[in-house]
Amino acid sequence: MEQIIQFVYGVPVIGLLAQLVGYLIAVLPDISPIILRAAVPIALAALCGVLCERSGIVNIGIEGTMLVAAFVGWAAGVFLVPILGEGAAGTIFGLTPVLLIAFLLAILSGLIVAAVHAWLSISVRADQIIAGTIINIAAFGITGYLNTLISKSSPAGAGAFTQFKPPKELLELPFVGWIFEMFLAQGPIGMSLLIVVIVFQILLFRSRWGLRTRSVGEHPRAAETVGINVTALRYRNVILAGGLAALGGAFLSLEVTGSFQQGMTAGRGFIGLAAMIIGRWTPLGAFGAALLFATSAAIGQSIGIAPPPGDLGAILDKLPGQFFDALPYLATIVVLAGVVGKSIPPAADGQPYEREAAT
Amino acid sequence: MTTRLRRTWDVLALPLISIALSVLVGSIVILVSEWLVAGELKPGLALDAYKALLVGSIGSFNALVSTVVAATPLMLGGLSVGLAFKAGLFNIGAQGQFLMGALGAVIVGVALRESPSLIAIPASLAAGMLVGAAYGFIPGILKATSGAHEVVTTIMLNFVAVAILAAMVSGPLKVPASPQPITLDVGHAALPIIIGRNGHIGIVYALLMAVVYGWLLFRTTRGFEIRTTGANPDAARYAGMSPRRIIVWTMSAAGLLAGLAGATELLGVTHIMTASYGTTVGFDSIAVALLGRTSPLGIVVAALIFGGMRAGAPGMQIGAGVPAELVGVIQATILFFLVASPVVQRVFRLKSAKAPIEETGTFTRPTVAKR
Repeated sequence: MEQIIQFVYGVPVIGLLAQLVGYLIAVLPDISPIILRAAVPIALAALCGVLCERSGIVNIGIEGTMLVAAFVGWAAGVFLVPILGEGAAGTIFGLTPVLLIAFLLAILSGLIVAAVHAWLSISVRADQIIAGTIINIAAFGITGYLNTLISKSSPAGAGAFTQFKPPKELLELPFVGWIFEMFLAQGPIGMSLLIVVIVFQILLFRSRWGLRTRSVGEHPRAAETVGINVTALRYRNVILAGGLAALGGAFLSLEVTGSFQQGMTAGRGFIGLAAMIIGRWTPLGAFGAALLFATSAAIGQSIGIAPPPGDLGAILDKLPGQFFDALPYLATIVVLAGVVGKSIPPAADGQPYEREAAT
Repeated sequence: MTTRLRRTWDVLALPLISIALSVLVGSIVILVSEWLVAGELKPGLALDAYKALLVGSIGSFNALVSTVVAATPLMLGGLSVGLAFKAGLFNIGAQGQFLMGALGAVIVGVALRESPSLIAIPASLAAGMLVGAAYGFIPGILKATSGAHEVVTTIMLNFVAVAILAAMVSGPLKVPASPQPITLDVGHAALPIIIGRNGHIGIVYALLMAVVYGWLLFRTTRGFEIRTTGANPDAARYAGMSPRRIIVWTMSAAGLLAGLAGATELLGVTHIMTASYGTTVGFDSIAVALLGRTSPLGIVVAALIFGGMRAGAPGMQIGAGVPAELVGVIQATILFFLVASPVVQRVFRLKSAKAPIEETGTFTRPTVAKR
């Protein structure tokens, strides 16, 4: 067996690929929980994008929505802890009353920001790219402003959700144990991601709401003719999508760190857009793309720490570490350019809708 | 005369009202946030903050100079975004083109740091413009050939630019002896100071480019083609123009302007580059182009307004204790009122002058390269 592997590794090109696969098999189980944790905010941002664009609204303000939610989650804790006290941590996820309220407020803030985007895009019929840009600039400004103001007294927030500890027997299962660890050794938001993705996928393609949503994004006029209220459905979906983005923001400040830093979303809202495109505007696809992006980043880091042996290591060692940071974006451009596969957004994506006047 | 006054008012009313409303919103933010955090209402605080902001931006000769310095990259960036708007394109990529322009300038600037300035400066500037133009060419050619929307491709390219820059500064450009990833100083390639303590010559380039921008758009055939393509690509095609060529040309030119912004900022202000060299110029430029309604004079004035805010913000933080990020809030609010112009116009009973946002129509029109 060992000899066969060594032989395959020696073949030009194919050998390199085999070495890469071998390296991945060796490394993946160790870094799999990290990968999922990196993928969660990207995937949630992508899901927000999928829901918006399927309804015909382009939302590049996802980044700003996430940032606001991350901030509100942390700031709510700062304000509430002195009033309500720390509270006893619950047995599961270390849940405290303050943490729960902070989480709910974070989601609420995401809904409100999304409502602003919906109003500008749907009612005012403004250019949706500009509306999204405004959300981003405003979010960066207001969270930075309030953060500087609050941080003068360097307060502590409500802390963070703790990770679930799955039973040991499950994790030690051969071959599949690491998959359980990946999805179960997470906090509440990380754990629920997979459920959200699957439910969303089924609803979008198998339910009445899903059919209506897709029709509003593809051909609003036809949808209106069969009695669907285009404006109301678009409003509802864009605001709901804001909740998804907010979940991603809350994940950063209430599950990963328990604190807030200026601009802590660090472009994840935009990578989410990339994942949405690569995933071809489907929830499952977007989730897959987010996983792929997160894996690429994690592999990049793991190569930096312990490069694989042999030819592959020699090649990867020459690549700058930033190559893996840029990979998701390059992949998106390649897909958009139609080099690999095709990317077709919903037909009415980004076009404001105006009802025909009754004559 | 009165009709002329009336026309001027029609054009200026919306931006002026937007700015006034934003200042009002800003003071509400200041008062409410201070009340929430410190627990007491200080009615004078907003006034103090704006006073400090004004002193820091136009209160002295040095303040004026720093306003001009801060306005320079915004002006060039605003022209970049504005030019793309005129062709119906949305250049969110000014950010990436700015970074690549700065990178091009620092590569050549460091290489020629000991050559005479007469050679080093033009060469570095040209490198910045060229790299910026190349970086604008990519989304242009992608849109023209495959219809890939420039908004998405330029967003992606912005992040790629950050990665390229970091890789270059921590790789081939790194000073070997330094523990931090940082480049050498550009030495003789640094732009000359022409006014005050730090007023480099970049503002002259920016104003020059504003003139070229106006001349190109309104006095040349190419400008007519750009505006026609922006207004209606189908009509442009029927008139015998090639919208695809115009798209590629315009995106490259927009990249050149943003690249020049990066080059002047690097050669005029920072002189060296770190691996985390970042900026918000790209997104601020969108605000400048919109507030300036894509007209050359408008962009110059809008850049000076936003530049003044940037220059005065640190003074506001030190003098009045109001965080400098407030400027970003005000900027976003100005844009908000501009975009919500139909509503603002109804409330203030303004005649609706053509809004710049409607002219851009990036998404409301079908992709040109539809096959």
